[in-house]
This record gives sequence, C-alpha cells and structure tokens, in this order.
Amino acid sequence: MSENLLEIKDLVVRYGGRRGGKTVIEDVSLNLRAGETVSLVGESGSGKTTIGRAILGLAPVTGGTIRFRDQEISNISRQRRRQVARDIQVIFQDPYSSLNPSMTIESILVEPLRAAGVSEGKTRVRELLDAVGMPGDSGSRYPREFSGGQRQRIAIARALAMDPAVIVCDEPTSALDVTTQARVLTLLRDLQKDTGVAYLFISHDLGVVHAISDRIAVLRGGRIVEIGDAHQVATAPQHPYTRQLQMSAPIADPPRQRARRAERLRILAADRLEGTETA
Amino acid sequence: MTIDQHELDPAADGTAAITGERVRRSPLRSLLANPFASVSIAFLFLIVFIAITTPWLAPFSPNATDLAATNAAPFTDGHFFGADASGRDILSRLMWGTQQTIIACLLVLGVSLVLGLTFGLLAGFYRGKFETVVNFVSDVIMSLPGIVLLIALYALTGPNIPVAMAVFGVIVAPSFYRLVRSVVISVRSELYIDAAKVVGLSDARIIGRHVLSAVRAPVIVQSSFVLATAVAILAGVDFLGLGDPSAPSWGRVLQEAFNNLYTNPANVIWPSILISLTILSFVLLGNALRDTLQASNRSAVLKGARRRSLMMSAQDERVAGVNDLTPAQDVILSIRNLRIGYPTSADDVRPVVHGVDLDVRKGEIHGLVGESGSGKSQLAFSTLGILPREAVVLGGSVFFEGRDLLADKMRMRRARGRGIAYVPQEPMSNLDPSFTIGAQLIYGLRASTGVSKAQARRELLDLLTRVGIQDAERVMSLYPHEISGGMAQRVLICGAVATKPHLIVADEPTTALDVTVQADVLELLRELSRERGMAMIIVTHNLGVVADICDTVSVMKDGRIIESNDVDSLFAAPHDQYTKDLLVSSRTVELKEADDE
Amino acid sequence: MFRTLLLNLVRAVGVLLVVSFATYCLMFSDGIGIARAVLGPTATDTQVAARAAELGLTRPLYEQYFSWLAGAVRGDLGSSFLTGQPVTDAMANRAPVTLSLIILTIILTAVISVILGVTAALYGGWVDKLVQFIAVLGAAVPGFIIAIALIFAFAISIPLYPATGYIRITDDPQGWLWSLTLPVTALLIGTIANAASQFRGSVSDALSQDYVRTLRSRGISERAIVFRHVLRNAAGPGLIVLSLTTLGLLGGALFIESVFALPGVGQLANLSAQAGDVPMVMGTVIFAMILILVVNFLADLFVGILNPKSRIK
Repeated sequence: MSENLLEIKDLVVRYGGRRGGKTVIEDVSLNLRAGETVSLVGESGSGKTTIGRAILGLAPVTGGTIRFRDQEISNISRQRRRQVARDIQVIFQDPYSSLNPSMTIESILVEPLRAAGVSEGKTRVRELLDAVGMPGDSGSRYPREFSGGQRQRIAIARALAMDPAVIVCDEPTSALDVTTQARVLTLLRDLQKDTGVAYLFISHDLGVVHAISDRIAVLRGGRIVEIGDAHQVATAPQHPYTRQLQMSAPIADPPRQRARRAERLRILAADRLEGTETA
Repeated sequence: MTIDQHELDPAADGTAAITGERVRRSPLRSLLANPFASVSIAFLFLIVFIAITTPWLAPFSPNATDLAATNAAPFTDGHFFGADASGRDILSRLMWGTQQTIIACLLVLGVSLVLGLTFGLLAGFYRGKFETVVNFVSDVIMSLPGIVLLIALYALTGPNIPVAMAVFGVIVAPSFYRLVRSVVISVRSELYIDAAKVVGLSDARIIGRHVLSAVRAPVIVQSSFVLATAVAILAGVDFLGLGDPSAPSWGRVLQEAFNNLYTNPANVIWPSILISLTILSFVLLGNALRDTLQASNRSAVLKGARRRSLMMSAQDERVAGVNDLTPAQDVILSIRNLRIGYPTSADDVRPVVHGVDLDVRKGEIHGLVGESGSGKSQLAFSTLGILPREAVVLGGSVFFEGRDLLADKMRMRRARGRGIAYVPQEPMSNLDPSFTIGAQLIYGLRASTGVSKAQARRELLDLLTRVGIQDAERVMSLYPHEISGGMAQRVLICGAVATKPHLIVADEPTTALDVTVQADVLELLRELSRERGMAMIIVTHNLGVVADICDTVSVMKDGRIIESNDVDSLFAAPHDQYTKDLLVSSRTVELKEADDE
Repeated sequence: MFRTLLLNLVRAVGVLLVVSFATYCLMFSDGIGIARAVLGPTATDTQVAARAAELGLTRPLYEQYFSWLAGAVRGDLGSSFLTGQPVTDAMANRAPVTLSLIILTIILTAVISVILGVTAALYGGWVDKLVQFIAVLGAAVPGFIIAIALIFAFAISIPLYPATGYIRITDDPQGWLWSLTLPVTALLIGTIANAASQFRGSVSDALSQDYVRTLRSRGISERAIVFRHVLRNAAGPGLIVLSLTTLGLLGGALFIESVFALPGVGQLANLSAQAGDVPMVMGTVIFAMILILVVNFLADLFVGILNPKSRIK
C-alpha cells in the first residue's frame, strides 16, 4: 500500500468551556492510506462520529493534528477548506436530512462543482447519476420523490462530484432497510474499485464494518481500544470490549446464534467473576 | 450494477407507502384553489386599486363639507355610504383613508421584516454571544407594553402616524425574529448544511441558498398576520384620536361616527366593515398560505361519515361470522383476515394491511419481520387497538383467548394491560415526562389490577430488580429525563410485565438501543417469557434478532404475510423469494465468523 | 428553580429600570414643548420658559430622572402638570377599574378556552369547527369594533346594559358586574379566539405523544389519560398562552376603556397623552410595566412548578 493520505495524531476534541467542558475524543491516532477503507466502530457516545466531523472541519479540534497529504487541515479557514473539499468528502447517515428538500437533484449535485469553480455542469451530473445507478432524468426531480436508498445514492453522487481522495462515510447505511443496505455497500465497494477512493467508514455495526473494511478501529468513550486488520478485529478480537460487541450482534442463523448467545453469557459470567475477584 | 423495481418505487419507502403519493401542484395554484384565499386576494387587490385611483375616482374631496347632506342616509344625493355630521361624504373619506392604511401597513411590515429577518438569520446561524444579546433585546421588547408606549409616544411627537407605525414595526419585530431564528436553528442542524460546509460554500452562500429558502414560507405566512395586526392597530390609534385630525382615515371616520352613534348609528357600519374585512382578508390569506405551504406535513383526514360506514361494514362482517374461528387448543392470539387502511383524501382509504391471518401459541415468541412500510407495526398496534387515530380497520378480527377484541370495545379495553401488554420502540418518548418512574408504574399497575398502592409498590420494586435495575427504590423516584435509554426500556418492560399479561406485543423493542444493551434486553425478554409462560410478538426488521429470540417467524411484505414457519425451518429453507433475498442481504452485512470464509 | 426565578426577577427589575429611563428621557426630552403644551397656544415664550423652569424641566435629563426615580421608590410618581393631582393617587383610583376588567376577562377566558380547546382537540366535530370559526372572527374584528357593535345592540337598540360608565364594586356589586358585562364581552371574543385555538393545539400535541399510546396499551381509561396525563402536559404551554393573553389585554383594555368611557388607567394614558400631561403618561407606563412584571413572574413560577426538569437542580 502507498503512504498515508490522512494522518490523525493525538486528536483531542472538547466541547464547552475550560471548566465543565466535556472531552469527547481523547488522544486518538489513526492513518488512512490511499484506496483503503478504515472503519471506526463503537456504540453511542463513543465519539466515532465526532472524529469524522473533526476531519471535515465540522467539529472543533482542541488538540493534536489532522494532516492530509502532509498538510495540516484542522482549524483552517473556509477558503483553505474549499481547496481541501476537492479531496475530502462526506456521506451522512440520514439521507432525508442530508439533501435540501427545496433543491432539485441537479442543483444539489452542481453545488460542489460551483463551489470549486468548475462549470462543466450538466454532463457531469449525468455521469454522476449514472455512476451511482440512478436514472439520468433524476436531475430535475426533488429529493422527496425518492426512497431512502435512492437518496443515499444521490448523496454518494454528490460526494463523488469532485473526484475526492477520501470520503468520510458516517453510518451511511444505518437508516436503510437491510436489502437496500446491502446494495449501497456493494455500490460503495464498486466505486472504490473504479476510482481508488479511500473510505473512513463510521458505524455502530461490526458486521457492516467487517463487510467493507481493510482495517477496523474500535472506539469506546472517546478512545481507541483496539485497532487492526478488519478480519482479525471482527472475528478474533483481542480487547474484551470488542469481544462483547462481537458477541452481542445477533446473526441470522438460529443454531449458530444460540451458540453465540451461550458463549456471550459465558463471557459475561466470567467477567463478573473476575470483577468480584479483583474487587 | 442493477437496481430493481423495488428500490425505484418511492412507495418502498415507509412513509410514502402509508401516506400515499400526493399530487404536487404549484403553491400558487393550490392557494388560488382555496376559495377563502382567492376571495381575500381579490379583496386586497381591490383595496390597493382604490388606494391608487382615489384621486381620480373619489366622488368628493375628503374634507368637502356639504351642510345640506349632514347625516345623510346611505344612497342619497350621490352619497353612497351617506354623509357624516359635518356633511362630508363617507365613501370618499374612506377611499382617501385607504392610501394611508396601505402606507402604514407597508411601513410596519418593512421595519419589522428587515429587523426580524436580519437579526433572526444572523443570530440563528452564528448563535453564541450575539444570539444571547439579541435574544435579550427581543425579550425586552416583547415584555414592553407596546400600545401604552405607542400612546406615550404621542405626548412626544404629537399626531405622527408614520413614526408611530415605524415604532410599532419595532415592537412586532420580535415575532419575525423568533420565527426566523427558530427556523434557522433547526435548518442549521440539518445535514445538508453540513454537506454545504464540507463542500466549502461560504456562509453567505449557505444562508442565501439553503437557509433563506427554508425561512421563506413561514415568513410569508407571518407577514400576512403582521399586516392584519397593522391594519387593526392603525385603525385603533386613529380611533383613539391620535392620528392627524386633518387627514381622513378609517379609524377617524369610525371615531366620528361613534361620537354620533345616537343620532346616526348607520354610519359606524361602513368603516367597521371595511376595517374588519381587510383584517379578515389578511387572516384568511395567512391561514390559507399556511395550509398550502405546510400541506405536505399533514396526513389526510377521512370524513366522519365515510369513516363510520367503513367501520360499520367491518363490524357487520364480524357479526356475519365471516372470520369465524376454529380455535386450536394452544392458540392464544388469532388474527383473521385483518385489513387496515389509511386515508389518502377525505373519501379514499388506501389499504396497507391486506387480509392478514396470524396465530400465536401460548408461551411462544413470534417474530414479525419485514422492512419499513411492510405493515408489521400496524398489525402489532391493531392487536391492542392502539393504531394511530387516522387509521381505519377495514375488516377482520383479532381473537384473543378465543374472543374477538375488535368486535367489542369493552373487551378490548379489558384485554389491554392484563391480557396483552405492549413494549414500545422508543423508550424515552414512551414515558410521561411529568411523572416519576414510580408514579407512572404504580398508576399503570393499579389501573388494570386494582391492587393497593403499597402492594403495587412492593411488586414493582421486586420486578424492577428482576429486570436488572439495581437500586430500584431510587430509580422509582427519578423522572424519565434522569435515566438512560437502556434503563428506560427496562422500566417499560417492567410496566408491561407487571400486570401479568399472557401476551406481550413488542414493537422493535431494541432498535433504539446500542448493540450490547440490545443483547441484554433480548436476554431479559426471553427469560421473562420462559418464567411466566408469556407469549410474545416481536416486531423487528432485524433477522438477527429473530434468530436470537423467536420460536416462530412470519415475514411481511407490502401488507401481507408471505411466509410463516418455525424459526429453524424458515432460516434453513426459506420458500418465498423475498425471504431468500432478505436472508442473503442480511447475511452480507452481518458479522461473519472466523471460519466463514 | 428558585435561583432561576430570582434571576428572572432581577432581570425584570433591570428591564424596568432601563425602560423607565429610556421612556423618561424620551418624553421629557423637550422641556419647553411640554411647558407650552401645559400652558396652551396663547402663552408667550417668557411665560413658557418660566413654567419650564418651575416644573424642573430645564435640569439635565438624568438629574430629572434620578429625582423622579428617588420619588418613585418611595411611591411618589410626581404630580400632574395640568391638575396638580399626584400621579400615585390617580393610579390608585383608576387601577381597580383596569384590573377588574383584566382579571374578569382572563378568568372567563381561561375557563371558556380550556373547555372549548380541550373539547375541540379530543372530539373534533362541530366544537372544533366552532373554535376555528371563533379564531378567525376574533382575529379579524378588533375589540373596539366589537365594543361598538355591542353598545349598538345591547345598550341602544335593546337597552339592557349601560353604554358607558363604571360602578365601584364597593358601591354596588351587581352594578359593578353590570357595568363591566359589555366591556368584558368585547375583550373576551378576541382573547378566547386566540387562547382556545392555542389550547386546542397544545392538547393535540400532548395527545399525539408516544407515551399516550403506551398508557392506552396498559388499559388505562381514556378519561384518566386525558385528565391525568394529557392535561398535565398541556398545562405548561397553556399557562404561557394565558400569561401572554393577559399582557395583550393591557392594550385591549386601553381601547375598551375609551369606548365605554371607563375611568381606568388606559383611558388616563390616552387622555394624558393627548393633553401633554407627561408625568401622568409616565405613571401609566410604569403601571403597565409592573403589571407585566407580576404576570411574567407568576407564569415563571407556575411553569417552573409544573416542569419536573426545572424542579430538580
């Protein structure tokens, strides 16, 4: 693999004043190489979304550095952000709120191009719609005319508009039905194959993350508790918390799920026993 | 890559399937289709027309006195509305007053709109200290005795309507400010604003392109109401005699007529009607605008008569025994030919559940699985008679322990709580924020079982401990906002189980929870079902949850049960193509194990 | 919660000071003009200047304000420039009229709007249509026009009630009620129009909450759900509507007092403003501000009591 595209070092994000503030991210370091997918997985409050937002300039960076192609990109002006925007894009969780309901699909897709001063417009919109498998005549329609899965495809097209090097995918499939979820993941993987884009993939679902990642970082309470090869983290986790996550996610296979359940209860009982011994 | 028809159909998306597609028309056309709105607009155009053409059209000059016409009755001597005590033509005076009314209205609207919009946009978008300061100023203005100040102003400026109206504009500006600010704040948290920031749009562009468009509709509606207020206040101020005595105005004409009420009462009618009709036009226009611009948020409501006739025919069918049951020994709940619909207009109902049959055996955990819009939640709600208000049961029966609950309201009420209990999806919003956990649990238990307060409290403390809440005593004294989502769900489960029901209907009970908490809650539900021999219906979209907890499973799609079987057989050998697809999709996104590959 | 209340109160007193200062400075900014208004158009410039000095209007504005404020905290708001009557006396005479009008109206508004609003939200049907109709009517016809119509109908055409005038409750309770019937009715239409539709809104909001469905599923009767849970949660927004209505009545009373020739504070404000009697006008502004302060404090207090989130820490 090539060298690091994105380097996060000792990232700290704190909200609120000096006193009574809340530290959401503490000393997180992470690298993303070109064309790979790194996932952040964790439960609510783990800070996974905040890391994505910090990279995008949507959350304040209190400490540490975020470097993209060796250039610092945290706490930069909106002007410089516009340059970075060509390379770092985003897909949000909620495809309903992420598309302005009063704009046509075409104007939504043209917006990033305009912001960057590109004027090829319509032909590019066609290309983008085609790339995400949407009918070419979608441009003149409004977001409400589309289903959740279709809207997410449009959001993906918007992210692709500038041919970015990195896309931050913030729970892009969580709001979708399971069949749609699978199709969107396939689309993301195909696009990566075609364009060589790198994904920072954020999810609460270890299964989804396993399906798409090269590497996985497990977050808890604003810290990375485990990071490593996707297959290893998802199937043979080292950290007890990851293990808990792994055993908690139910799978659609009754006999094996029964076995997993028993295993989970055994681990929990063992932990409890250990807890009482150390206490 | 291919996209199948299912995804291209917007109705595949839950809300669209339930509310039905709406025909979109341009806002202006649907506004004009509203008779109130079109008449109001016509009337207001007429007023503007009069204001402009009065110098040419008015029969008399406003202050021309004609002693012969003193207190002339309407329709005499060319005085269509009669003449006042000084013999001045009332119609002419009202026409001359129109111009002043319109200028005053525009002044009030202009001042309040400019102030409210500017500060609302900036405060809502940037928040922080600026917002705090503007909020404070706005609160202060709102707590001023506006009209008293307007009158106090007279002592300083004398009769000066433009100044008074500009001041009134400042006084009503907070109504725009608060509206705009709250819209901007809610828009600001929309992800499309974040997306625009990520793209690198400047703040000015973001406000111009995204924020203003969201603010536009509510501001137009509010403008209409502010104009109505402006007309009323202007007329009032003139009526009190605070206007320019030499200039004709609607309020002054009314005041003069009022002073002359005993001798010539008819004269108060014209200015009263004119003032009221103008205000009414603005109010009706405002209402119509609101209805038009916000129409998409509201679901259709069925006409009362149509609703009753639908319910009657469903009941007739039950009486005729169309859905008669041949009960199996161990079946606790049987749904027969259940059909549920939602109104798409005042007359039309679109069915979303099409004749479903379902049997749940005693002590069995039955999974009801499907994607959004499949009708699974509707089915669950109907067993408890807690469908949303607008929903209509078009036919069918719900037999609980052999008796049809839908046929008899009292039977349904008695079954709730003691027979069938409900566990909701969203734990936090399902607890009443005004009562402590203990108060709502005790009240709920006593309402259906009638045990003593002390007894209820004892039982609930035990049960809370049983559902895994340590320190139950303390939790009972807390309010819902003081506990976590996972704990709230345990409290709700405790409330459902407390009445010792024979069946629990759980609607996506773990969807809102973290995966580790989900595992605990599923474990708890399973144990409670075992211990108490309770049957359960678990509504879920997650096949993993089904595999984990259910004994049997029914797959729903588009309002029908397409396949039903015991859980091992269904997962091992699904018959229906849809079930197979669902399983394949589910397995591609779920966690694989080390030996899978 | 008491901390918030105290904070609100301190803030309100601060606002009172700032607003009284601003109003005072504005109204007393033209000392010569005031003196001329007092003396009438025939007075000479020297007479006017002498009178201005005599009334203390030539001093710097802040000095005038602070001496006024010093008096105000002792209950002395100065005296009328025209009649020499102490402003405080005038207020004491006239406040009962305005307060009778406002309190009577707000009580009736509360009772009628709650009944109408709750019924409309729960049962819909014709009550709902009625509430919507009243809402439009009340918004469209200003109070003083309703007042004129009432006088025409029930004082002139059918002389049931007095067209004008006020009878003290201490003199004749029945006469008091009689003299206030038409004025209160004129105010009521507007207040009910607004309050009833707002109550309807807050009750349907409370009714559509998720927990109502859960309560139903527990077998709790519809009546208990409405009275114990829905009304309880709609009470907070309802109280705010009532407090805003009360404040709106201040302006309404001003017009109504003028139409019915009721000797209240509103009428005084109007007459004094037209006569250029600045201390009296100032007095009415202070009266209105204090009334607002009290109403807001009470609203904060009750909303605070109702809301568990503010009750604990």
